[in-house]
Amino acid sequence: MAEEIAPAEAPPPPPPTPAELFSAAIATVPGVTGSHWQHGEITVAASRDSVVATMTALRDDPRFACEQLMDLCGVDWPERAERFEVVYNLLSVSLNHRVRVIVTTDETTPVPSVLNVWPAATWWEREAWDLFGIIFSGQPDLRRILTDYGFEGHPLRKDFPLTGYVELRYDEDRKSVVYEPVKLTQDFRSFDFLSPWEAMTTLPGDEKVFTERAKS
Amino acid sequence: MSEILPAPTKRSVEIDSHSINFGPQHPAAHGVLRLILELDGEIVERADPHIGLLHRGTEKLIEYKTYMQAVPYFDRLDYVSPMCEEHAFALAVEKLLGITVPDRGQWIRVLFAEITRVLNHLLNLTTYALDVGAITPALWGFEEREKLMEFHEAASGARIHANYFRPGGVAKDLPAGLTDKIAAWAETFPKFLDDLEQLLTGNRIWRQRTVDIGVFSAEQALAWGFSGPPLRASGVPWDLRRSQPYDKYAEVDFQVPVGRNGDCFDRYLVRLAETRESVKIVQQCLAKMQPGPIKVQDRKFSPPTRSEMKRSMEALIHHFKLYTEGYHVPEGTTYTAVESPKGEFGVYLVSDGTNKPYRCKIRSTGFAFLQAVDTMSKRHMLADVCAIIGSLDVVFGEIDR
Repeated sequence: MAEEIAPAEAPPPPPPTPAELFSAAIATVPGVTGSHWQHGEITVAASRDSVVATMTALRDDPRFACEQLMDLCGVDWPERAERFEVVYNLLSVSLNHRVRVIVTTDETTPVPSVLNVWPAATWWEREAWDLFGIIFSGQPDLRRILTDYGFEGHPLRKDFPLTGYVELRYDEDRKSVVYEPVKLTQDFRSFDFLSPWEAMTTLPGDEKVFTERAKS
Repeated sequence: MSEILPAPTKRSVEIDSHSINFGPQHPAAHGVLRLILELDGEIVERADPHIGLLHRGTEKLIEYKTYMQAVPYFDRLDYVSPMCEEHAFALAVEKLLGITVPDRGQWIRVLFAEITRVLNHLLNLTTYALDVGAITPALWGFEEREKLMEFHEAASGARIHANYFRPGGVAKDLPAGLTDKIAAWAETFPKFLDDLEQLLTGNRIWRQRTVDIGVFSAEQALAWGFSGPPLRASGVPWDLRRSQPYDKYAEVDFQVPVGRNGDCFDRYLVRLAETRESVKIVQQCLAKMQPGPIKVQDRKFSPPTRSEMKRSMEALIHHFKLYTEGYHVPEGTTYTAVESPKGEFGVYLVSDGTNKPYRCKIRSTGFAFLQAVDTMSKRHMLADVCAIIGSLDVVFGEIDR
C-alpha cells in the first residue's frame, strides 16, 4: 500500500479494488508481514511466533471469518535459510473466500500449534511432522501418522530419495516380515529435461542456455 | 480393610476398561483402518484411528513425474470417485497455465463428475447399509454401479482408473451413441432410487441404528474441517459447485440438500437427495452439450490426433515432446478445490517453472472426517462406530495417499 504522493493536478486515484481493500484489511491483523495476490488467491506471509494470534484474528474477525482450516501442509525449499514453509489454507464459509497463510521454519525451530484455534489441525500437524520433520510446539500428540511404525526419516524432504532406504518382505523361514536396505536391480533414472540447445526464440525449456551463459 | 466396612448389600460387577483392535482387516472399516478402541464395557471411551497402512507416497511420486504423468495417480486416491479427483488436479494445472477448456470439454467433465458422484453415493449408501445389517441394498446397488462403470469404460477405456480428465480438457471425445445410453439410464435410474429409499428410509431397524447416532453440530463440523455431505447434514448450506462454481456448474440448475440434525441418518438423507440432483445435472448436461473441441487446441498443451500425426511432421514433434518432456508450467502456487462426492477435495500445487510439480499436496476429504471419529463416537456403543464410519464415507486410498 506504499503509494507515491500524486501531484496536485493529477486526477483522483481510482477507487481501490476489492482485492486491494482486502489486502489492506489483512495487513492490520497482528503478525502479518505481507500479502500478495496470484490467480485470484491471496497469500499472506506471517511471522512464526505470533501465528496463533494471527489465526485467532482471522477466525474471529468478522471481516475475515475463516471458520475452517481446510488444509495444513509443509513445503521444503532446501536452499533457503529457513527451509520449510508451513502453509495454512483457510476457508470462510460465511463470506465465501479463501486465505492462504504461510510461515517459515527450519528443522529445529518449533511452530506454535493452532490446535486450540481449530481442533482439526492435529492430524495435519502430525502429517507435517511425519513427512517433513516440522516441529509443532504445544501439540501433545506429535506421533507419526502416514509412515510405518518405527519409520526413520522424513520422506517428503527434497533430500530424501524417492526409493527410500529400507524395503520389507515376508521371510518364509523366519515367519515374519523383515526389513532390509533397499536394493535396486537397475539405477533409478531421472532425466534432465532442460534443453542445452540455443533456439531461435526463447521457448519454455531453454532456461539452461541462459543459466550457462550467466555463469560464463 | 474389609473387616471395618459393612458387608455390601448389592453385588457389584467390576467391568474393567479394555482396548480392542478394530481392523485393519474388518469389513466395516471400509479398507485398511486400524482403530484402537478403548472400551468401558461396550461403550467407547476413546477411538484412536491408525492410518497409513495404504500409504504409497503419492505426493512424493508426483514430484518425479511430469504433469500429464501425474494424472493417473489421482484415480488411485479415491478409487470410488476417480474422475472428481482428476478434475481437481486438471483445474489446478489449468489455473497455473492460464488456459481455458472449450465448452464441450467442460460439459463432458461436468457430466462425468456427476456420474462419478452417483457411482460414489451408490457405493457408500449401500455398503453403509451393509455395515448396519441390511444386505439387499448392496446387491441392488452394485448392479446399478455396473451400468455406470460401462459409461466410464465407453468414454475412457477403463472401468475405474479412468485417466480421462486432462489439464486442458478430456482425453478423447465421447463415442457415438453413448449420450443416448446415458439419457436412457437417467430416465430409469430415479425408479431405482425410489426402491432404495423404500427399503431404507422408513425401515425401523435402519432408523434405530442411525437416528441420533454420531450427532455433530454445525459449529463442531466447521471446527473439524468438515465439508461435503457431512457438513451439509449438520445444517451448513455449503457446496463448492454452487458457491465457487468451476467448469459449467454455474450454468446448471440443481438444489443443495441440507440436513438438520447432523446425525448418521441425516448424512444418509443428504446423500440420497444429492444423487437425485446429480441425475438432473446429467440430463441438463446432455441437453446443453454441443459438438465442438473437447480440449484446448494449443498443441503445446494437448497432443494432436493420431491421424494428424501420420501426416504432419510438426504434429509428430509435438506428440513426442508432450509425451517425453511434457509442458512447462509457469512458476506459481494455487490451492484449487472441487466438490468431490465426499466433500472438498483440494490440490495445493507449487510449480517452479519446470515440467514437474515442485510440490503437490493433496487435501483428502476423509482425513478430516476420520480425525473426528474420536469425538463423534465418544460414549457410543461399539456397534455405533460401524454406523459412524459408514456415514462418513471414508476411503483409504485418499486418506493414506
